[in-house]
Amino acid sequence: MSTVVDDHNHEAHHDHKPSGITRWLFTTNHKDIGSMYLWFSLIMFFVGGAMAMVIRAELFQPGLQLVEPQFFNQMTTVHGLVMIFGAVMPAFTGLANWMVPMMIGAPDMALPRMNNWSFWILPFAFVILLSSLFMEGGGPDFGWTFYAPLSTTYSNDSTALFVFAVHIMGISSIMGAINVIVTIFNMRAPGMTYMKMPLFVWTWLITAFLLIAVMPVLAGAVTMVLTDKYFGTSFFNAAGGGDPVMFQHIFWFFGHPEVYIMILPSFGIISAIIPTFSRKKLFGYSSMVYATASIAILSFLVWAHHMFTTGMPVFAELFFMYCTMLIAVPTGVKVFNWVATMWRGAISFEVPMLFALAFVILFTIGGFSGVMLAMTPVDFQYHDTYFVVAHFHYVLVTGAIFSVMAASYYWLPKWTGHMYDTTLARLHFWCSLISVNVLFFPMHFAGLAGMPRRIPDYAVQFADINQITSIGGFAFGLSQLIFLWLVIKCARGGEKAAAKPWDGAEGLEWTVPSPAPYHTFETPPKVE
Amino acid sequence: MSDKRANNSKIVKRLLLTVAGMFAFGFALVPLYNVFCEVTGFNGRTNNEPAAVSQHEVDKSRTVRVQFITRTAQGIPWKFEPEIKEVRVHPGEVRVVNFLAANPTPDDMVAQAIPSIAPAEASLYLNKVECFCFNQQPLAAGNDAKMPMQFYIDPDIPAHITTFTLSYTLYDMTANATPEALALLESTE
Repeated sequence: MSTVVDDHNHEAHHDHKPSGITRWLFTTNHKDIGSMYLWFSLIMFFVGGAMAMVIRAELFQPGLQLVEPQFFNQMTTVHGLVMIFGAVMPAFTGLANWMVPMMIGAPDMALPRMNNWSFWILPFAFVILLSSLFMEGGGPDFGWTFYAPLSTTYSNDSTALFVFAVHIMGISSIMGAINVIVTIFNMRAPGMTYMKMPLFVWTWLITAFLLIAVMPVLAGAVTMVLTDKYFGTSFFNAAGGGDPVMFQHIFWFFGHPEVYIMILPSFGIISAIIPTFSRKKLFGYSSMVYATASIAILSFLVWAHHMFTTGMPVFAELFFMYCTMLIAVPTGVKVFNWVATMWRGAISFEVPMLFALAFVILFTIGGFSGVMLAMTPVDFQYHDTYFVVAHFHYVLVTGAIFSVMAASYYWLPKWTGHMYDTTLARLHFWCSLISVNVLFFPMHFAGLAGMPRRIPDYAVQFADINQITSIGGFAFGLSQLIFLWLVIKCARGGEKAAAKPWDGAEGLEWTVPSPAPYHTFETPPKVE
Repeated sequence: MSDKRANNSKIVKRLLLTVAGMFAFGFALVPLYNVFCEVTGFNGRTNNEPAAVSQHEVDKSRTVRVQFITRTAQGIPWKFEPEIKEVRVHPGEVRVVNFLAANPTPDDMVAQAIPSIAPAEASLYLNKVECFCFNQQPLAAGNDAKMPMQFYIDPDIPAHITTFTLSYTLYDMTANATPEALALLESTE
């Protein structure tokens, strides 16, 4: 046991917590809340994954076999919403809850009661959203981007439930973000200056500011959809003087920073893992911080690259094209720094490192297809095809999700106190790595050949490619059951983990025992 | 500790203010977008106000092709067509084009035409002196009407714009008719 905790044995009575469900309902402990976020995210990952399986099963053959087109549309819509707002974002918030206080030497989050709230409203949001699927007329079917007039004139009454669910998700994210910012501003241990903070903390700080800036805009957009649909306003209705294209501007003003919200924390995770298993300090720490900040700032200037085909003036298209391509520069800095960190390092290939390496390579592939999409003239060909689907699944699945997997394998021993079954973990990695590429790589070709996204049926020439994609999809889905089994097994027992199970690891979280005691750093540690 | 608490609530207050501000900004984007579109011609909207009669000299050295497209939105089964599909005009020259509308339904209806121009840049140089799109257009059951649109093109129109298309979409506004439109409808009966 580390000295920090020993000094505070007289406070051990704090460790006893209400048992049963009340412990989880009323907890204000950042570790409990972090665990709940992570479990919630895992459940949502499987819920959204089940929907993806329905989509891939329907697309296994051309023609309509299993589901009605309208239900297919509900599946694509709710799959997107569940994965973004239910799986990726809560996973990052969960990681922030667990790790940020431990990384900066704080005893807890700054606003523990709000922390409890921000988690506990989330399940309600998703119960509302998912229950709308069982309504008469079905759930939301206008795509997760809910473009007007699909979501206003042509939507059914589950739209109201969709709107309220998104409101609640937004409030939850905003509260989480406020908590992270206040914690990082006010709770750092003495000596933990900003430029000494681990990159995961830095990237989350910047992410939190992005959340605070854009989640309210999303709330505004859904509110406008609601009033257009039910209260006769004409924000997006041309007949009443509104403009449906304006919806896209407002939505993507939120939407583009949102995609960085889903990737910046990943950068922090990878920047923690690669130095550990390369046994070197992170190359270019400060350039990483500045690169993250530049990506965040640029994210506000590129939204219209989602809308090149709406008939913008050439000048605007060029502006957004160049700004978008500019983002490749700070992102390139990051990839360069990760590679430079590994350069001449004593690299070992533990499971977190495997996922981190897969992240660097596959996320970069997603980045390259992003640069292709950024080019206005070619975007007219790629727009709304499977090429786009391939692109954002490379950055979100092999990017964001792989980084969450990497983080889980990196910190699971700290969370549970047990070493997980590494054979199982390796099996999970290789199954995921192969199947995810079988799943998403052929989508590039389907898209380039002209297959549109969000359709339940397709021309027969796409049959082979879709069959391969679907097989990859089923394999990837099944592979994740290995992960579920592994996490449950690890939580229930296993080989005792040392306080610092990775010899190259650095950071305050490794100075406390594994599993991390219920209360850590009640006396702030000294940071050199 | 109490210092820190006070400091916490100060930051929280500021962040909440930012959240409120950004929520308001989301709505502020609506008027901002409209102003932006008006100034830059972005998105091909035309003025909804009558322009002054042309004081410009007619530029006989060039002609611009203006094409007309019409369509009706969902729920309004009117016939709606331009009298002529395309005109060639000199910049500065005032022209009138008539649009024909017919209401074949057994109900009195009120419609509103919404204009859009492609390429959007041209919308800055199209001046409408008079247009049926400025007001709602009532049409009694079975009636038809000739609706005029008088316009001229600003001679400052850039040389690269040789053709542009003006499209009108007709929307059913019977449920949201203005008093003027309703009065007109009654007077025709």
